Amino acid sequence: MATFKKKTKTKQDIPTSALPDIIFMLLFFFMIATTFRESELLVKNSLPQASELTKLEKKSLVSYIYIGEPSDTRKFGTEARIQVNDVLIDPEQIVQHVIQEKDKLGEDGDKITMSLKIDREAKMGIISDVRQKLREANALKVNYAANKKLRNF
Amino acid sequence: MLKKKKKDAPEINGGAMADIAFLLLIFFLVATTIASDKGVTVMLPPKAEDVDVKVKTRNVFNILVNSNDDMLAQEEMVDLPKLRTMVKEFVLNNGKDKNQSESPAKAIISLKTDRGTSYEMYIGVIDELKLAYAEMRSQYLKMPLEDYQNLDKENPDQKEKLDRARKAIPYKVSDAEPSEIK
Repeated sequence: MATFKKKTKTKQDIPTSALPDIIFMLLFFFMIATTFRESELLVKNSLPQASELTKLEKKSLVSYIYIGEPSDTRKFGTEARIQVNDVLIDPEQIVQHVIQEKDKLGEDGDKITMSLKIDREAKMGIISDVRQKLREANALKVNYAANKKLRNF
Repeated sequence: MLKKKKKDAPEINGGAMADIAFLLLIFFLVATTIASDKGVTVMLPPKAEDVDVKVKTRNVFNILVNSNDDMLAQEEMVDLPKLRTMVKEFVLNNGKDKNQSESPAKAIISLKTDRGTSYEMYIGVIDELKLAYAEMRSQYLKMPLEDYQNLDKENPDQKEKLDRARKAIPYKVSDAEPSEIK
Protein backbone atom coordinates (compact mmCIF):
# COMPACT_ATOMS: atom_id res chain seq x y z
CA MET A 1 0.00 0.00 0.00
CA ALA A 2 1.68 2.95 -1.16
CA THR A 3 0.60 6.26 0.24
CA PHE A 4 1.80 9.27 -1.45
CA LYS A 5 1.84 11.99 1.01
CA LYS A 6 2.57 14.90 -1.06
CA LYS A 7 4.06 17.50 1.08
CA THR A 8 3.92 20.86 -0.52
CA LYS A 9 7.07 22.66 0.04
CA THR A 10 5.96 26.01 -1.26
CA LYS A 11 5.12 28.55 1.35
CA GLN A 12 1.54 29.53 1.17
CA ASP A 13 1.26 32.80 3.08
CA ILE A 14 2.10 36.04 1.43
CA PRO A 15 4.86 37.87 3.19
CA THR A 16 3.28 40.75 5.03
CA SER A 17 6.37 42.29 6.46
CA ALA A 18 6.33 44.97 3.75
CA LEU A 19 2.78 45.98 4.54
CA PRO A 20 3.61 48.60 7.14
CA ASP A 21 5.95 50.20 4.64
CA ILE A 22 3.19 50.44 2.08
CA ILE A 23 0.83 51.94 4.64
CA PHE A 24 3.43 54.44 5.68
CA MET A 25 3.97 55.39 2.08
CA LEU A 26 0.24 55.99 1.70
CA LEU A 27 0.21 57.98 4.90
CA PHE A 28 3.04 60.19 3.76
CA PHE A 29 1.39 60.66 0.39
CA PHE A 30 -1.81 61.88 2.00
CA MET A 31 0.04 64.00 4.48
CA ILE A 32 1.71 65.85 1.67
CA ALA A 33 -1.23 65.96 -0.72
CA THR A 34 -3.93 67.12 1.68
CA THR A 35 -4.44 70.78 2.32
CA PHE A 36 -6.10 71.22 5.65
CA ARG A 37 -6.60 74.92 5.28
CA GLU A 38 -6.79 77.08 2.22
CA SER A 39 -4.14 79.33 3.56
CA GLU A 40 -1.65 79.37 6.31
CA LEU A 41 -2.55 81.93 8.91
CA LEU A 42 -0.13 84.79 9.20
CA VAL A 43 -2.24 86.69 11.69
CA LYS A 44 -3.61 85.89 15.09
CA ASN A 45 -7.13 84.68 14.81
CA SER A 46 -9.17 84.00 17.87
CA LEU A 47 -12.76 84.64 16.97
CA PRO A 48 -15.23 86.48 19.19
CA GLN A 49 -18.37 84.86 20.50
CA ALA A 50 -21.91 85.59 19.45
CA SER A 51 -25.24 83.85 19.81
CA GLU A 52 -27.21 84.92 16.74
CA LEU A 53 -25.27 83.01 14.13
CA THR A 54 -26.12 82.06 10.60
CA LYS A 55 -24.41 79.26 8.80
CA LEU A 56 -22.61 79.95 5.56
CA GLU A 57 -24.41 77.91 3.00
CA LYS A 58 -22.64 77.78 -0.32
CA LYS A 59 -18.98 77.35 0.45
CA SER A 60 -18.00 78.01 -3.14
CA LEU A 61 -19.41 81.52 -2.94
CA VAL A 62 -17.48 82.39 0.18
CA SER A 63 -14.23 84.27 0.21
CA TYR A 64 -12.24 84.75 3.36
CA ILE A 65 -10.42 87.74 4.77
CA TYR A 66 -8.42 87.44 7.96
CA ILE A 67 -7.63 90.42 10.14
CA GLY A 68 -5.51 90.48 13.25
CA GLU A 69 -2.14 91.12 14.76
CA PRO A 70 0.58 89.38 12.72
CA SER A 71 1.95 86.23 14.32
CA ASP A 72 5.44 87.24 13.29
CA THR A 73 5.56 90.54 15.10
CA ARG A 74 9.27 91.04 14.50
CA LYS A 75 8.75 91.03 10.77
CA PHE A 76 5.39 92.70 10.39
CA GLY A 77 4.94 94.73 13.57
CA THR A 78 2.13 94.61 16.08
CA GLU A 79 -0.42 96.64 14.15
CA ALA A 80 -3.38 94.56 12.92
CA ARG A 81 -3.01 93.49 9.30
CA ILE A 82 -5.24 92.02 6.62
CA GLN A 83 -4.54 88.63 5.12
CA VAL A 84 -6.08 87.19 1.99
CA ASN A 85 -4.96 83.86 0.59
CA ASP A 86 -1.35 83.66 1.67
CA VAL A 87 -0.29 87.26 1.82
CA LEU A 88 -0.70 90.30 3.97
CA ILE A 89 -2.18 93.20 2.08
CA ASP A 90 -3.11 96.83 2.58
CA PRO A 91 -6.72 97.97 2.70
CA GLU A 92 -6.27 99.57 -0.73
CA GLN A 93 -5.70 96.17 -2.33
CA ILE A 94 -8.98 94.73 -1.11
CA VAL A 95 -11.02 96.04 -4.02
CA GLN A 96 -8.68 94.32 -6.44
CA HIS A 97 -8.82 91.11 -4.43
CA VAL A 98 -12.62 91.12 -4.39
CA ILE A 99 -12.76 91.71 -8.12
CA GLN A 100 -10.45 88.74 -8.67
CA GLU A 101 -12.56 86.54 -6.42
CA LYS A 102 -15.70 87.63 -8.25
CA ASP A 103 -14.08 86.82 -11.58
CA LYS A 104 -13.33 83.32 -10.36
CA LEU A 105 -17.00 82.74 -9.66
CA GLY A 106 -18.05 83.80 -13.14
CA GLU A 107 -21.67 84.81 -13.40
CA ASP A 108 -22.31 84.08 -9.73
CA GLY A 109 -19.81 86.80 -8.87
CA ASP A 110 -22.41 89.12 -7.41
CA LYS A 111 -23.58 86.51 -4.94
CA ILE A 112 -20.21 86.47 -3.24
CA THR A 113 -20.18 86.39 0.55
CA MET A 114 -17.18 87.80 2.31
CA SER A 115 -16.37 85.97 5.48
CA LEU A 116 -14.39 88.21 7.77
CA LYS A 117 -12.40 86.27 10.29
CA ILE A 118 -11.30 88.98 12.62
CA ASP A 119 -9.35 88.61 15.80
CA ARG A 120 -11.33 89.65 18.84
CA GLU A 121 -8.65 92.10 19.86
CA ALA A 122 -8.64 93.97 16.56
CA LYS A 123 -9.79 97.57 16.54
CA MET A 124 -12.72 98.96 14.59
CA GLY A 125 -10.51 101.37 12.65
CA ILE A 126 -9.06 98.81 10.29
CA ILE A 127 -12.35 96.90 10.12
CA SER A 128 -14.23 99.95 8.98
CA ASP A 129 -11.56 100.63 6.36
CA VAL A 130 -12.10 97.12 5.05
CA ARG A 131 -15.84 97.61 5.14
CA GLN A 132 -15.58 100.77 3.07
CA LYS A 133 -13.48 98.93 0.51
CA LEU A 134 -15.98 96.08 0.36
CA ARG A 135 -18.74 98.58 -0.29
CA GLU A 136 -16.65 100.08 -3.05
CA ALA A 137 -16.13 96.62 -4.55
CA ASN A 138 -19.86 95.94 -4.23
CA ALA A 139 -19.40 92.86 -2.08
CA LEU A 140 -22.15 93.69 0.35
CA LYS A 141 -22.94 90.39 1.95
CA VAL A 142 -20.61 90.13 4.88
CA ASN A 143 -20.34 87.46 7.53
CA TYR A 144 -18.44 88.20 10.69
CA ALA A 145 -17.17 84.79 11.71
CA ALA A 146 -17.84 84.01 15.34
CA ASN A 147 -18.05 81.10 17.68
CA LYS A 148 -21.26 80.02 19.32
CA LYS A 149 -22.02 81.64 22.62
CA LEU A 150 -24.54 80.04 24.88
CA ARG A 151 -26.91 82.35 26.64
CA ASN A 152 -28.97 81.45 29.61
CA PHE A 153 -32.03 83.54 30.00
CA MET B 1 -5.44 4.95 -1.63
CA LEU B 2 -4.38 8.26 -2.85
CA LYS B 3 -5.08 10.95 -0.42
CA LYS B 4 -5.37 14.02 -2.43
CA LYS B 5 -5.12 16.95 -0.18
CA LYS B 6 -7.38 19.69 -1.29
CA LYS B 7 -5.42 22.81 -1.79
CA ASP B 8 -6.89 25.71 0.09
CA ALA B 9 -6.77 29.13 -1.36
CA PRO B 10 -3.82 30.89 0.17
CA GLU B 11 -4.92 32.96 3.09
CA ILE B 12 -3.97 36.55 3.36
CA ASN B 13 -2.67 37.46 6.70
CA GLY B 14 -5.29 39.67 8.26
CA GLY B 15 -3.35 40.62 11.28
CA ALA B 16 -2.26 43.92 9.87
CA MET B 17 -5.80 44.88 8.93
CA ALA B 18 -6.35 46.47 12.31
CA ASP B 19 -3.26 48.60 11.87
CA ILE B 20 -4.47 49.83 8.53
CA ALA B 21 -7.86 50.65 9.93
CA PHE B 22 -6.34 52.54 12.82
CA LEU B 23 -4.09 54.45 10.53
CA LEU B 24 -6.98 55.49 8.34
CA LEU B 25 -9.02 56.40 11.37
CA ILE B 26 -6.29 58.59 12.76
CA PHE B 27 -5.75 60.18 9.39
CA PHE B 28 -9.39 61.15 9.04
CA LEU B 29 -9.56 62.31 12.62
CA VAL B 30 -6.74 64.70 11.95
CA ALA B 31 -7.86 65.81 8.52
CA THR B 32 -11.49 66.53 9.28
CA THR B 33 -12.35 69.96 10.51
CA ILE B 34 -15.51 69.77 12.51
CA ALA B 35 -15.90 73.48 12.95
CA SER B 36 -18.35 74.79 10.41
CA ASP B 37 -18.32 78.33 9.18
CA LYS B 38 -20.72 80.34 11.22
CA GLY B 39 -21.01 83.96 11.93
CA VAL B 40 -23.11 87.08 12.14
CA THR B 41 -24.34 88.00 8.69
CA VAL B 42 -24.88 91.63 7.86
CA MET B 43 -25.64 93.43 4.64
CA LEU B 44 -23.56 96.50 4.01
CA PRO B 45 -25.29 99.51 2.49
CA PRO B 46 -24.40 99.97 -1.17
CA LYS B 47 -21.86 102.58 -2.05
CA ALA B 48 -23.83 105.64 -2.96
CA GLU B 49 -23.61 109.36 -2.83
CA ASP B 50 -24.55 110.71 0.54
CA VAL B 51 -28.25 111.20 0.48
CA ASP B 52 -29.75 113.22 3.24
CA VAL B 53 -32.69 111.31 4.48
CA LYS B 54 -34.83 113.21 6.88
CA VAL B 55 -35.69 111.09 9.86
CA LYS B 56 -37.45 112.35 12.93
CA THR B 57 -35.16 112.43 15.92
CA ARG B 58 -37.58 110.39 17.97
CA ASN B 59 -37.27 107.50 15.52
CA VAL B 60 -33.53 107.19 15.96
CA PHE B 61 -31.98 105.23 18.77
CA ASN B 62 -28.41 106.35 19.22
CA ILE B 63 -25.70 104.01 20.39
CA LEU B 64 -22.19 105.31 20.84
CA VAL B 65 -19.24 103.14 21.76
CA ASN B 66 -15.94 104.81 22.59
CA SER B 67 -12.42 103.49 22.46
CA ASN B 68 -12.63 102.26 26.05
CA ASP B 69 -15.58 100.09 25.04
CA ASP B 70 -17.95 102.18 27.12
CA MET B 71 -21.40 102.31 25.64
CA LEU B 72 -23.80 105.21 25.58
CA ALA B 73 -27.36 104.50 24.51
CA GLN B 74 -29.70 107.49 24.27
CA GLU B 75 -27.19 109.45 26.36
CA GLU B 76 -27.15 106.88 29.11
CA MET B 77 -24.30 104.58 30.12
CA VAL B 78 -25.53 101.04 29.65
CA ASP B 79 -24.28 97.47 29.48
CA LEU B 80 -25.30 94.90 26.90
CA PRO B 81 -28.36 93.29 28.58
CA LYS B 82 -29.71 96.75 29.45
CA LEU B 83 -29.22 97.80 25.84
CA ARG B 84 -31.44 94.97 24.67
CA THR B 85 -34.35 95.92 26.90
CA MET B 86 -33.95 99.57 25.90
CA VAL B 87 -33.96 98.73 22.21
CA LYS B 88 -37.03 96.57 22.61
CA GLU B 89 -38.87 99.28 24.49
CA PHE B 90 -37.85 101.82 21.91
CA VAL B 91 -38.93 99.81 18.88
CA LEU B 92 -42.17 98.49 20.32
CA ASN B 93 -43.23 101.90 21.58
CA ASN B 94 -45.81 102.46 18.82
CA GLY B 95 -46.08 106.17 19.50
CA LYS B 96 -46.95 105.99 23.19
CA ASP B 97 -43.91 107.78 24.52
CA LYS B 98 -43.08 111.10 22.87
CA ASN B 99 -39.35 110.38 22.90
CA GLN B 100 -39.50 106.87 21.50
CA SER B 101 -40.23 105.52 18.04
CA GLU B 102 -43.53 106.02 16.24
CA SER B 103 -43.76 102.46 14.96
CA PRO B 104 -41.46 99.44 14.65
CA ALA B 105 -41.25 99.99 10.90
CA LYS B 106 -39.93 103.52 11.38
CA ALA B 107 -37.51 102.81 14.18
CA ILE B 108 -33.85 103.08 13.28
CA ILE B 109 -30.91 102.09 15.40
CA SER B 110 -27.81 104.14 14.82
CA LEU B 111 -24.62 102.50 15.93
CA LYS B 112 -21.53 104.64 16.02
CA THR B 113 -18.18 103.24 17.01
CA ASP B 114 -14.77 104.74 17.46
CA ARG B 115 -11.67 103.66 15.55
CA GLY B 116 -10.33 102.37 18.84
CA THR B 117 -13.37 100.32 19.76
CA SER B 118 -12.51 96.66 20.06
CA TYR B 119 -14.01 94.24 17.59
CA GLU B 120 -15.24 92.02 20.39
CA MET B 121 -17.36 94.87 21.74
CA TYR B 122 -18.72 95.66 18.30
CA ILE B 123 -19.75 92.06 17.67
CA GLY B 124 -21.26 92.01 21.15
CA VAL B 125 -23.43 95.02 20.33
CA ILE B 126 -24.45 93.71 16.90
CA ASP B 127 -25.28 90.36 18.46
CA GLU B 128 -27.36 92.00 21.15
CA LEU B 129 -29.29 93.98 18.54
CA LYS B 130 -29.88 90.85 16.47
CA LEU B 131 -31.13 89.05 19.55
CA ALA B 132 -33.40 91.97 20.48
CA TYR B 133 -34.95 91.87 17.02
CA ALA B 134 -35.26 88.09 17.09
CA GLU B 135 -37.07 88.33 20.39
CA MET B 136 -39.41 91.03 19.12
CA ARG B 137 -40.19 89.07 15.99
CA SER B 138 -40.84 85.89 17.87
CA GLN B 139 -43.17 87.84 20.13
CA TYR B 140 -44.90 89.25 17.10
CA LEU B 141 -45.40 85.76 15.69
CA LYS B 142 -46.51 84.59 19.14
CA MET B 143 -44.04 81.77 19.33
CA PRO B 144 -41.13 81.00 21.65
CA LEU B 145 -37.77 82.41 20.64
CA GLU B 146 -36.33 78.98 20.01
CA ASP B 147 -39.07 78.08 17.57
CA TYR B 148 -38.53 81.35 15.76
CA GLN B 149 -34.81 80.70 15.43
CA ASN B 150 -35.52 77.26 14.04
CA LEU B 151 -37.79 78.54 11.28
CA ASP B 152 -36.58 77.31 7.94
CA LYS B 153 -36.27 79.63 4.97
CA GLU B 154 -36.69 76.75 2.52
CA ASN B 155 -40.10 75.84 3.85
CA PRO B 156 -42.66 78.11 2.11
CA ASP B 157 -45.03 78.09 5.06
CA GLN B 158 -42.33 79.09 7.49
CA LYS B 159 -40.80 81.52 5.06
CA GLU B 160 -44.11 83.36 4.90
CA LYS B 161 -44.00 83.75 8.68
CA LEU B 162 -40.43 84.99 8.58
CA ASP B 163 -41.29 87.49 5.87
CA ARG B 164 -44.28 88.72 7.79
CA ALA B 165 -42.22 89.28 10.93
CA ARG B 166 -39.47 90.89 8.93
CA LYS B 167 -41.92 93.28 7.33
CA ALA B 168 -43.57 94.24 10.60
CA ILE B 169 -40.31 94.73 12.46
CA PRO B 170 -37.59 95.46 9.93
CA TYR B 171 -34.02 95.28 11.15
CA LYS B 172 -32.79 98.78 10.51
CA VAL B 173 -29.38 99.38 11.91
CA SER B 174 -27.32 102.18 10.54
CA ASP B 175 -23.67 101.41 10.96
CA ALA B 176 -22.07 104.81 10.86
CA GLU B 177 -18.41 105.27 10.06
CA PRO B 178 -16.25 105.20 13.15
CA SER B 179 -15.04 108.56 14.33
CA GLU B 180 -11.35 109.36 14.40
CA ILE B 181 -9.52 108.98 17.65
CA LYS B 182 -9.24 112.32 19.33
